[in-house]
Amino acid sequence: MLGLNNKDTKLLIAVAVLTLLAPFILNPFPADSAMAQFNAGYPDLMQRFVIFGIFAIGFNILFGLTGYLSFGHAAFLGIGSYAAVWIFKLFTYNVVPAIALAVIMAGLFSVVIGYVSLRRSGIYFSILTLAFAQMSFALAYSVLSNPKFNLTNGETGLQVYSGDLQMFHRDSLPDLPHLFGLSMRSTYNLDLGAWSFSFNAGYYLCAIVLMLVFYLSIRIFRSPFGLMLRAIKSNQTRMSYTGLNPRPHTLAAFVISGMYAGLAGGLMAAMDPLAGAERMQWTASGEVVLMTILGGTGTLIGPVLGAGFIKYFENIFSKINDSILHEWFAFLPDGLENFMVFIVHPFIGKGWHLTLGILFMLVVIFLPGGLVEGGQRIGKWIKNRGKAKDSGATTEPAE
Amino acid sequence: MGILEVKDVGKRFGGLQALGDVNLSVKENTVHAIIGPNGAGKSTLLNCLVGKLIPDTGSVMFDGQSVLGRSPHEINQMGISRVFQTPEIFGDLSVMENMMIPCFAKRDGSFRMRAIENTMREKDVVEKAEAMLVDMNMADKRHMNAASMSRGDKRRLEIGMCLAQEPRLLLLDEPTAGMARADTNNTIDLLKQISDERDITIAIIEHDMHVVFSLAQRITVLAQGTPLVEDNPENIKGHPKVREAYLGETAA
Repeated sequence: MLGLNNKDTKLLIAVAVLTLLAPFILNPFPADSAMAQFNAGYPDLMQRFVIFGIFAIGFNILFGLTGYLSFGHAAFLGIGSYAAVWIFKLFTYNVVPAIALAVIMAGLFSVVIGYVSLRRSGIYFSILTLAFAQMSFALAYSVLSNPKFNLTNGETGLQVYSGDLQMFHRDSLPDLPHLFGLSMRSTYNLDLGAWSFSFNAGYYLCAIVLMLVFYLSIRIFRSPFGLMLRAIKSNQTRMSYTGLNPRPHTLAAFVISGMYAGLAGGLMAAMDPLAGAERMQWTASGEVVLMTILGGTGTLIGPVLGAGFIKYFENIFSKINDSILHEWFAFLPDGLENFMVFIVHPFIGKGWHLTLGILFMLVVIFLPGGLVEGGQRIGKWIKNRGKAKDSGATTEPAE
Repeated sequence: MGILEVKDVGKRFGGLQALGDVNLSVKENTVHAIIGPNGAGKSTLLNCLVGKLIPDTGSVMFDGQSVLGRSPHEINQMGISRVFQTPEIFGDLSVMENMMIPCFAKRDGSFRMRAIENTMREKDVVEKAEAMLVDMNMADKRHMNAASMSRGDKRRLEIGMCLAQEPRLLLLDEPTAGMARADTNNTIDLLKQISDERDITIAIIEHDMHVVFSLAQRITVLAQGTPLVEDNPENIKGHPKVREAYLGETAA
């Protein structure tokens, strides 16, 4: 279907089902139950799952296929956000031109940054991209926000004020980002017994965009261009001596992944019309690296899983506080209860980074292929369990 | 005029004169061997031919065009393919994918953005790569990971990848180095077959005299960066200067 083989079609359908039914899947617990804090089906978080999924899919096209590890992709995300907010300020709250400009601006910047950074490979490439991203951050944070020329509005962040031009804005349209009149914040709440599910317009826009760009990434992975990118990762010497110029290949991959990041940034601004410089900081660049590695570098679905995983834990673990812990351990004797709370305390709330770090280490050490490898191992184990009983030890032929 | 004309090529690394005034002419559709003791400058010469090094002096003409100042991929697109001493293949990719890449390079040139097309539906490339695998006798290994093959198979794949580009000149850098006797003989047979069946010129750098004398129609002996003699194998065998510089007493 759609020019894909069976396996890829199944994967695309799985992603489509998961994203479209996410409001149900992520809200498995009744709204009033104690487990409700593990629900992730509220619009704000679901939007972030999908937006960071898009960001990571794009990053994986560069890192997963060519092996070039960029530490500055958050710069393109930030550029996308600023571009989108400027559209909101000057022209209209319609998200289509905003997202389009976000992608174009990120693309232009990635041509320049990529052209310079790709003159080096390995660690030097990473450092160059990091330097560019930190320069962009510094520009956005202070240099480009002085009274004479205020492009980014510094620490406050760029946002839309009532005095802004908004040339094509009409009173009949929502005073928030909208898609031809459909506000991104409009949410339909469905109450089914004790459960409550929310369907948010902004989330569904992001979800549809995710499906489109995921489809595009499958096509790129299976294309001659994708094959060339994998060849670059495998052996650049042979690549050159096969008459292929690695440079334009890597630059094209860099620009494509930069545009994915710009798209994510534009969507972020479309969900919440403000853009801050912290979006470009190196920690944000590092986060997408973690997402990709955690999910499975070079796999199609891995980055999306990694993004969802990290964002879920960030939100859920950081929301747990000591009083919730006391509730959990209430069945223990008092001294032991306090002791357990004391032990667990560093891993929750603001300490969720500690939990993330441990999870990341475990995955890298035991599952170098990321969550995707974990899934494959479980799949194989289930398959082999039945077989092993009647035929003893069987050796699988190498595929 | 040969297909490859090397004139007065010199290359210096700091205080070391690696090559001094090398002249070499490789005739079309022959097998030309370049031999010489360690440090004679064979590999330096080869690197000057493929664009990895730029000589300090002299000129290198391939089919009437200068290769100097061009990058390796440009020189390759002119029709020179190189086989390395340790096989350079795409280890992470399957054998079939390895073979498809040079086919794409031949068809599409050094860069063409084909990001939406499905690789396996590029009929002409798939067919050509499959035919090439059959020629190389490795059709049964097409799904194998290239890195997991034996050294002899890797060498065979690398030669096949070079041939898939239909080069006019094939350069081989000690293609049998570190190989067992049986693998060496297979490689000799393969190269013989290639030079008989295809419209191709082969230039080979080799240490192993058995390989050189079974293949070459013309031999250049390099010593200390300069060519000593260029002649046919019979005369080289008996040449006193060559014996002295390279073959030693045992060759007599």
